[in-house]
Amino acid sequence: MALTTPVSGREPRSAGGRRRKRSGLGRAGSFLNNLPQPIAVLLVVIVVLAFWQLIVAVGGVSEIILPPPLAVIEEIGVVAVQLATGGFLLGQLWLTIQEIVLGFLLASAVGFLLGLWIGQTRFGQRAVMPLFVVVEASPKIAFTPVFIAWFGFGISSKFLMAAFMSVFPVIINTAAGMSAASEDEVKLFRSMRASSWDIFWKLRIMRALPFIFAGLKIAIVSAVTGAVAAEFIGGGVGFGEQVRVAASRIALDRVFALIFYLSILGLILFGAISWAQRKFAFWDVTSITRKKEKK
Amino acid sequence: MSAGTLEGTRTVYRIEGLDHVFDAAEVHALQDIDLRILQGQVVSFIGPSGCGKSTLLTIMAGLLEPSRGTVLLNGEDVDGPPDEVGIMFQRATLLPWRTTVENVLLPIELRHGKRRTKAYRDQAEDLLQRVGLAGFERRYPGELSGGMAQRAAICRMLITEPDVLLLDEPFGALDELTRERMDLELQRIAAARDATVVLVTHSIPEAVLLSDRVYAMSARPGRISEVIDIDLPRPRTLDTMALPAFVDYTGRVRRALDRGHEDS
Repeated sequence: MALTTPVSGREPRSAGGRRRKRSGLGRAGSFLNNLPQPIAVLLVVIVVLAFWQLIVAVGGVSEIILPPPLAVIEEIGVVAVQLATGGFLLGQLWLTIQEIVLGFLLASAVGFLLGLWIGQTRFGQRAVMPLFVVVEASPKIAFTPVFIAWFGFGISSKFLMAAFMSVFPVIINTAAGMSAASEDEVKLFRSMRASSWDIFWKLRIMRALPFIFAGLKIAIVSAVTGAVAAEFIGGGVGFGEQVRVAASRIALDRVFALIFYLSILGLILFGAISWAQRKFAFWDVTSITRKKEKK
Repeated sequence: MSAGTLEGTRTVYRIEGLDHVFDAAEVHALQDIDLRILQGQVVSFIGPSGCGKSTLLTIMAGLLEPSRGTVLLNGEDVDGPPDEVGIMFQRATLLPWRTTVENVLLPIELRHGKRRTKAYRDQAEDLLQRVGLAGFERRYPGELSGGMAQRAAICRMLITEPDVLLLDEPFGALDELTRERMDLELQRIAAARDATVVLVTHSIPEAVLLSDRVYAMSARPGRISEVIDIDLPRPRTLDTMALPAFVDYTGRVRRALDRGHEDS
């Protein structure tokens, strides 16, 4: 779609054959709509950065309150050097990654098993599922101090908070996925005398995969949030703690730079889940774009 | 095909005093069904929705226990899906994460396990070739048209070499032209294997074209209102549909269905 030629963006003629007058705005609109996607994204980024720079330059906002984009980019470079040379920040980042991954894995395992149970029992669906949906809809981040109080200032309170943040989407999606197999499919399996073991592994789990992956994608993002939030409050270690320290020094360029790297980390983790989804649930409509490349 | 078969005379299905009530809805789905289906026969159940024709087929397939009555297949009680039966539904229901040939091999895999399935691969590919799906073995169902998917479903049904084919509106979701072609293909396959075929349909021409015997059913309660034997030469072709006798038979089936409708 990004490769379709933009050409002139001419409208089809009206029935009378008269060509309509077009406003300059309409012309600009169709020009923007026909830009190749990467260029369009780049354009938006440049506009936002320019606007940001403009506010700092002429808006009279102090550079301490709002550091200009160039200062932030420079700081991103400084942090990059630290990370590349294995400095203090790299250790902090590594700690945060451990918290996130550990929390996410724990949430995936627990969430998957709970989701299976809830999805397959009437009691689970009727009595337990509604509670989890309520918790999922609540601002779970508010529980952070509770986790610090329970599990202390070490790494455990952080990864458990990450797990707490991310377990509910896995539970809810897995449970929903367990009823994704159609009646026709179950009937087909039964007509072929499939064991319940086979119906579970060769049908239900497969049908649940797209749901499970949808849950895992929300979970990995939530795990990052949970770990960083726990570091804010639980103090001492981690990338989130460095963000807090920089903010307390009003070194906002450093804050933005650190957030930039946290975002990159989140993107990489999210990308890994997406990759696994395309590999294991390739047949799902949402990833059908890969259709052409079959061995 | 199987040894000791008395061609055309052996009773395959014997159903006596069959009643079925769906408890939850208290719907009297089937009442007083008595019939015999002979080896190599092609029979159709036809009737309005709610006449219980699909329920009857589901019971014959061993997927549903009737409230009352007996269903014997080759003299034995049906208490679960029998080995010698192949079933096909209105929707092809291919699993999208399996290639076409893997879908065809699914019944084998469920019966004998994954390792022993490999030995059947040639057979599956051969079946696919015979229904015109050569070259599609490794494609995923998402890439098949409705007619192609239904052909693959036929192969999946045939891979276990069933003697009895139970077909629940197998081509009901296909367009008219594709359906006629599939009907003839089905006739060819059934004749080649000397299979007994039980077809549920709501298309009168399809029932007449394929069947030796048509059971017209009426609804509420679902029962057999009339039995019409179709005496047309085989193999039947699209030209058969232009014969005066064919037109006559479709008229008789229609009138039987209309009468059944008035009764209820």
